[in-house]
Amino acid sequence: MSIKVENLTKEFDGRKVLNNISFEVKQGEVLSIVGFSGSGKSTILKILCGLLNADSGNIDIENGDIAMVFQYSALFDSLNVFDNISFALQERKEFKNKYTKEELKEIVAKSLRTVGLSGIEDKFPHELSGGMQKRVSLARAIVTKPSFILYDEPTAGLDPVASTVIEDYILRLREETHATSIVVTHQMSTIRRCSDRVIMLYDGNIVFRGTPDELLKQDTPYTKQFVSASIEGPMKITSSGF
Amino acid sequence: MAKINEIIQQTVTYQLFLMLLKNLREFFETFGEIVSGLLQTLKYLLSMQINIKQLVEQSSRFAVDSLPITLSIVSMTAIILAMQVAPELVKQGGKDYIGLLVALTMVREIGVIMSGFAIISMIGSSQASELATMRVTEQIDAMEVLKVSPFKYLFLPRVLAGAIMMPFIVIISSALGIIAGGLTTMVSAKDVTWLCYISSVWQGLYIRDINIMLLKSACFGACISLISSSFGYSAKGGAKGVGIATTKAVVWSFVAIVIIDCIFAAAFYF
Repeated sequence: MSIKVENLTKEFDGRKVLNNISFEVKQGEVLSIVGFSGSGKSTILKILCGLLNADSGNIDIENGDIAMVFQYSALFDSLNVFDNISFALQERKEFKNKYTKEELKEIVAKSLRTVGLSGIEDKFPHELSGGMQKRVSLARAIVTKPSFILYDEPTAGLDPVASTVIEDYILRLREETHATSIVVTHQMSTIRRCSDRVIMLYDGNIVFRGTPDELLKQDTPYTKQFVSASIEGPMKITSSGF
Repeated sequence: MAKINEIIQQTVTYQLFLMLLKNLREFFETFGEIVSGLLQTLKYLLSMQINIKQLVEQSSRFAVDSLPITLSIVSMTAIILAMQVAPELVKQGGKDYIGLLVALTMVREIGVIMSGFAIISMIGSSQASELATMRVTEQIDAMEVLKVSPFKYLFLPRVLAGAIMMPFIVIISSALGIIAGGLTTMVSAKDVTWLCYISSVWQGLYIRDINIMLLKSACFGACISLISSSFGYSAKGGAKGVGIATTKAVVWSFVAIVIIDCIFAAAFYF
């Protein structure tokens, strides 16, 4: 269950956001995509899960379900936690009427336990903290037993402790589901703790490929600027982002 | 030649032409999105993939939430009509036609169109802003990633609820309008009795009128939900995008129901 991306190109309003991007993620591997805002990281995820079409390039994803954890959780605010997590099982054609109400309750409770929550099935998203919403969003993502999990800035907007908790669950999900994962992040701790490999994007191009340790060594001007969070370096601020 | 082109491009006429072209393109793009929404919704309707829970919820919201305001608007319009027309008709010796006039106006036109306007402002705007908020907070994206079609889960129950509930709303509001018109007539034109008013109502009102009213109101209901959902679904940006989508949904719905009304009038009464 691997993902292979070749020569992916995407333009928005004449601006090339992705320029012949190629990478591969092997089964069970966690790839982190880093880069400054506007460098096309989230666009890659949206193309991979079918929300956007690429202008050109090949994406080879072996058969399997793709789940995505959104930056701001994207929980359905009119549904409670139970309905949010069991949404796909209740509404998707292949799952519809497959499970009884009792079985659904058990599946949801198990998913919640996996992310360290329980007894919140009747609560609505607005009654949960940001960290809990993110964990519910993780529980919703894994309920269909996906082969691929895409994380779009999973620790965005969370305090350092909540971020560590989310990172722990990303690692735990990797162990339990053996899913192939791509994590878009800015957080150094997420890169260091969760990823096997890292790619860095700038201006639609991959400017670094390597392991988290190689990134932290700051051997290239790009990695040096990114890790030291400096405004001095090859990556310049433009009107459309970095 | 380049100089001439440059001069032409600076003229007001050219700029107006460009603006017109841009607006025309936007119009066709929006129209295309609505038609595409309709086709997708029909696809799920024809394959009977109806979410009953959502349908009941949306129907309740469509009818129950909007009923007080719809009844108020339609009955107030009937009262205004009766107050202005009844004394004049009595003066002209047409007291036997007051009920007929109020009933025909209510059933053929005012009941349906005023209910439509009330529904647009109450339900259409809320549907558009709800879906637009879902779009800008990535909830619709999440739904698509979970492989649940927004057309099946969001559009179909709303459009169907509109088509089913609108005729009920129009029947109740038109009936109340006729009654309110009668009561007002008895106050504003002393010669007219309740019996005289009611017998006049049945003089020119036929089952055909009621059937057309029901068909038209079902079209209005479906159309309002479809347009509102389409604008919400295509919303872009943040809070501003939600506002723009809601405003556009209301404006387009108003125009659409007037056009549909015109088509019905031409098809059945012209």
